[in-house]
Amino acid sequence: MTDTAQPPARELTDGREPEHRESARARIDFARWRDLSLVPVILVLGLIGFIVSPAFLTTDNLLGVVQQSTELGLLVLGLALVLICGRMDLSLESTLGVAPVVAMWLVLPSDGSRFHGLGLLPTWLAIPLCLAVGALIGATNGFLMLKLRVNGFIATLGMLTMLRGLHVGLSEGQSIVNVPDSFRYLGRADWLGVPAAVWLCLLLYAAAGLFLAYMRHGRALYAIGGNPEAARAAGIRTDRLTWAVLALAGTLAAFAGILYTGHYGSVSAGQGDGWIFQVFAAAVIGGIGLRGGRGTVFGALTGVLTLQLVVNVMTLGGVPPLWNQFLNGAIIIVALVISRFAGGERQE
Amino acid sequence: MTGPQPAGTAAVHAEGIVKRYGATVALDGVGLTVRPGEAHALVGRNGAGKSTLVSVLTGMNRPDAGRVTLHGRPAPPFGDTEAWRGHIACVYQRSMVVPELTVAENLFLNRFPGTRPIRWPALRRRAGALLREYGVDVDPARRTRDLTVEQRQFVEIARALSCGARTVILDEPTAQLDAGGIARLFTKLRELRAQGVAFLFISHHLQEVYELCDTVTVYRDARHVLTEPVAGLPRRELVAAMTAQETGGSAAGEGAAAGRAAAAGRAAPEGGPVLRARGLALRGAYGPVDLTVRAGEVLGLAGATASGSTAIGETLAGLRRQTAGTVTVRGRTVRPGSVPHALEAGIGYVPKDRHLQGLVPQRSVAENATPVADQLGRWGAVLPSRTREFARRMIGSLDIKTSGPRQPVSGLSGGNQQKVVVARALARDPGVLVAVRPTAGVDVTSKDTLLGIVREVADQGRAALIVSDELDDLRVCDRVLALFHGRIAAEYGTEWSDQELVAAMEGITGQHGHPGHPEESAP
Repeated sequence: MTDTAQPPARELTDGREPEHRESARARIDFARWRDLSLVPVILVLGLIGFIVSPAFLTTDNLLGVVQQSTELGLLVLGLALVLICGRMDLSLESTLGVAPVVAMWLVLPSDGSRFHGLGLLPTWLAIPLCLAVGALIGATNGFLMLKLRVNGFIATLGMLTMLRGLHVGLSEGQSIVNVPDSFRYLGRADWLGVPAAVWLCLLLYAAAGLFLAYMRHGRALYAIGGNPEAARAAGIRTDRLTWAVLALAGTLAAFAGILYTGHYGSVSAGQGDGWIFQVFAAAVIGGIGLRGGRGTVFGALTGVLTLQLVVNVMTLGGVPPLWNQFLNGAIIIVALVISRFAGGERQE
Repeated sequence: MTGPQPAGTAAVHAEGIVKRYGATVALDGVGLTVRPGEAHALVGRNGAGKSTLVSVLTGMNRPDAGRVTLHGRPAPPFGDTEAWRGHIACVYQRSMVVPELTVAENLFLNRFPGTRPIRWPALRRRAGALLREYGVDVDPARRTRDLTVEQRQFVEIARALSCGARTVILDEPTAQLDAGGIARLFTKLRELRAQGVAFLFISHHLQEVYELCDTVTVYRDARHVLTEPVAGLPRRELVAAMTAQETGGSAAGEGAAAGRAAAAGRAAPEGGPVLRARGLALRGAYGPVDLTVRAGEVLGLAGATASGSTAIGETLAGLRRQTAGTVTVRGRTVRPGSVPHALEAGIGYVPKDRHLQGLVPQRSVAENATPVADQLGRWGAVLPSRTREFARRMIGSLDIKTSGPRQPVSGLSGGNQQKVVVARALARDPGVLVAVRPTAGVDVTSKDTLLGIVREVADQGRAALIVSDELDDLRVCDRVLALFHGRIAAEYGTEWSDQELVAAMEGITGQHGHPGHPEESAP
């Protein structure tokens, strides 16, 4: 994937003194490489993995890592878009759980198994319904932030908690195992020897990357996050676009929920619980600015891979699982410091 | 005042514009006519209505009455910014570019050709061609945040022109530029005028008006005062048009005049120096400045914010760190850039904007009047009883109108809020009080009280420094230094006329001939 949003630097031939051009070029290159700052980290992690365990560099292991990255990756993609607009959405993690639950509740029969649905709609609608629920949640967040002008952080925090409660209430606190076949197919199928989820995730990343880099509305997101006043003065419909992005992020989270549910064949009551911290960490170490207007989805993807590789290498290296959480936190801080200095700019 | 020529030939023509905000009248039936290719200056002191007019002329704000025509045709509906951009654009003091994006992208923000994917190389080529067309030497592939203020302004001007605008409003474009930058900006503007672009130039510096513009319009107190060719207008008359009513008999004027009479009647303060700054300089804000405030003296530092006066006040308070020079209080050197050390040394500070730096609005009068950094009890404990007692004393001595120490500051009037800020500055019994625009946004009586308090501080044998461009603030001073572009342009005792001082602040001084801009920025 080479869809970095920074257009490549180009030599100019307008007779300015060479010294000036030299410094300007150096700065551009710096900005351009900023999004790749985690690539060396990933390579080093690969090297460590190779030394630690012969099982690391096997197709099965690496495919496992990327398969596990897909759900987190989709949440990070959604959050990255929202952050670039200068907003925040914490409720993504509970959307991951509640969207499949609501969809299943609407389509599953009201008798015959442990989980009683309403059976209102045909089963083939499960996936569209799930995505629609995600979009609806995002749109509701947008309504709160853009129409009622309440604080986005707290509004989505409330949404996070409320949706978690809805999830537990609908599922009566139990796992739902009679997952629709369409979910199961997406979560488990292999296309050309690689899990379908990985293909879909890569496809969405590529589409989002190209959208951000080459489409007028994609560029507008950077303007909205970077200087909302200037964006409005340039005739960009800032609220409408932000609203669309929030709905899209909800949809992506719901899609991640489909893949996750399909892969494990059930929805547990705590699906997605606590993920939002990882999601934020991946986005920020991947170079997405928390204040908006900065970062690329490619950077976000490297952030996701870094976090997943660390977990994998530690597991292979025989680190006791009880220490995972500690090391996970430590690696977030280390990666943050690395990306801060590789990027050369303060993260405020 | 429909202007001498028919509206049809004017690039911008506004007449009878009225704009009210609640009870305040921001524009009272004003008019303005800018001909194609003209450089038209709009001057007036703070609150004259200049920025409101800009918002009306750019279509951001709908006037309550009046008519705007652009090139003889009625203006587009208000709020349709895109349509307005094709005629008239404004380069604001605050940046209206997106800092993380490249110059090329900022030039074509939301104006990418077609709906197809953006072709970056082509866009950069077009941006390069556009910049060359207007003679702007900036690499379109650079990130905008890496540009200097000057380059950023050129990019914004180029963007405005490329939208089709033939009239560009420049709002204080020279405020953040050094002398070289100003010269280059003016050269550029003259070139563009030769191409038929009209400018509406808003500036506090009359010198620049004379350098650049053909016609000048003066607003005062939301009203149009005059529109005249610059060439035939003596500077004194221009200054008089801006200030005429300020010498009148308003209550504040009388009160402060009495203060001045008192100051004049007193013998010159004889005390030793309390606050002393030697070679004080902050790169990009003000040049090397020497100043001394003696015990019993109120020193005035006159100058708009852009002149660096506020920055000097903030440096003395430790909010900014000077790049050169030292500050001493009673002979002891104050550590640069440290608020606690400045407080320790005995510098009390009244910040320029009480809402931003002065008060925590929801908290009580008592809490706001007591410095948090100050330890009221042992081991840093803040004892509520002591806080209240201190506040009660301050409420008494400063005559703060409040229902009691527990009332939230947000419920007080502006003048009383400001007294709370002053109370905190005085809480530690400072040797010198530094007050930046201490009477901004307060009513007439509070103004007198506040200035009286400052006067009293000095009369008790301490020292006071007032940083302001309000003439009323400066009347209580024993000595006034006028600051222009970061340098002291003139010094006055208690005897100065309004016009003299305003002229000095605007960069026109008799005694220094033709000061213009400082030759170079601070080292």
